[in-house]
Amino acid sequence: MSLQRFIQQAVSEWMSGEGPDSDIVFSSRVRLARNLRQIPFPLLSTESQAKEVIELVSKAMESEDFSSLDHFEQLTLNNLSGLEKRVLVEKHLISPHLANESRHGAVILSENESVSIMINEEDHLRIQCLYPGFQLHEAWSMANKIDDVLEQYVDYAFDERHGYLTSCPTNVGTGIRASVMMHLPALVLTQQINRILSAISQIGLVVRGIYGEGSEASGNLFQISNQITLGHSEEEIISNLYSVTKQIIEHERAARRTLLESNRIRIEDKLCRSYGILFNARVIESKEAAKRLSDLRLAIDTGMITDLNSKTINELMVLIQPGFLQMYSGKDLTPAQRDVRRAELIRERLQTVANDLNENGG
Amino acid sequence: MICQECGQKPATLHFTKIVNGEKTEFRLCESCAGEKGDMFAGASPNFSIHHLLSGLLKFDAAPSVTGSDPPPAETVARCETCGLTYAQFSKSGRFGCVDCYQQFAQRLGPIFRRIHGNMQHSGKVPRRAGGVIRIRKEINDLKRQLQQSIESEEFEQAAAIRDQIKDLEKQLASP
Repeated sequence: MSLQRFIQQAVSEWMSGEGPDSDIVFSSRVRLARNLRQIPFPLLSTESQAKEVIELVSKAMESEDFSSLDHFEQLTLNNLSGLEKRVLVEKHLISPHLANESRHGAVILSENESVSIMINEEDHLRIQCLYPGFQLHEAWSMANKIDDVLEQYVDYAFDERHGYLTSCPTNVGTGIRASVMMHLPALVLTQQINRILSAISQIGLVVRGIYGEGSEASGNLFQISNQITLGHSEEEIISNLYSVTKQIIEHERAARRTLLESNRIRIEDKLCRSYGILFNARVIESKEAAKRLSDLRLAIDTGMITDLNSKTINELMVLIQPGFLQMYSGKDLTPAQRDVRRAELIRERLQTVANDLNENGG
Repeated sequence: MICQECGQKPATLHFTKIVNGEKTEFRLCESCAGEKGDMFAGASPNFSIHHLLSGLLKFDAAPSVTGSDPPPAETVARCETCGLTYAQFSKSGRFGCVDCYQQFAQRLGPIFRRIHGNMQHSGKVPRRAGGVIRIRKEINDLKRQLQQSIESEEFEQAAAIRDQIKDLEKQLASP
């Protein structure tokens, strides 16, 4: 398969590089945890109970209310290969937990992959809406609509005091986890990031690496999300995260301006060296690739480099992960082979896009 | 100190693993540690928020410092519906079913307060499962709106809201 065709099949809408404030916010996500009243939580549910959850949701899916929202498709995790599951995780469409630990897991995906409903994850249902750029309210509104439709067909576990009852006490109440994935290279470079992150943690928000819980920030990407789910309404939670994100965006923009004003040539040199490395490297580890791509992204967003676009960088950040590299190669690769393949894929992709843009843009 | 795995790069990560009382120490460089990844917490997908939570739950369940507590009840408390014991819950950090919330209710208050700083849900209420709760919440929301319309002297709107409230109150009163 050509790389071009592979990419067309591989990318989801959230990687489009579009949407409000997409120079800093890559994507916005809202996730709702829901359980069915009459069935034990996935920790204890039997095989037939797990299947019953899938059946009940499938029935709701066939309804007109559901299909009026989008076109959906259902995948059973057991029918997927290890590599296919890994790719879904790398695209952020399913969680590592659903891929590796869930028994009888399934996922319902919308056509453009902005909606994914995980079944029999830690909770019976995890409704996830993932949008490009800074679109928290839009993501919440869609998740809320899907929730309303599903609720017509299933009895949710809910009580007045605790709200939506979830497997884990950290999700109880609204069951909502809203997050934004942000690219903050200038705050890292100017060493303001730690101060900001510690301030964030004091107001009920939490920062993680882009692959969620327990992962470290790589490529200057930070995922900020709400921690508290009980006692605040969904709207309060969303608007709290929204306003904090808005402020961080302003700080990042100001830091970028300061850097360029005070030290333009050095910054340009740093970023353009990364450009050179990505265009020429024959072997590259994922950590270095993430760092160089972050540099390239900053160079594009600040107008230093004009023969590439941010969409390409977003795609590459996803495509250079182990699952995708192996999927593209059509075979398992050792870490050393992946480093070679990764360098090759990046070179090929950057070259194609640069050529296309030069031809079309003059 | 040099990495014990590759014997080349400096060791930057030091781990001590204790299994059945047997202690093993590791001194690794970053790339060898990365390759061993799964062996270590932090890099391991098995280490998650539930491990942290588990500590928190045990802490809350522990007898208080007054010293006059009965024997550790968490070993006997059990959800009658799904059979999950409180000890299992505090180990896994996860409930077994809806009824665990009722059965462990007494112990959950301090945990929710610690995690969320709150004990009372104030968000969305599902239409079906919510029933009366939803109507009560809607009435409260409408009363707030009514207050606002009166303050801003939008009396027509206020009258409409008042009627809505009356309708909902009727629904509540009817069996």
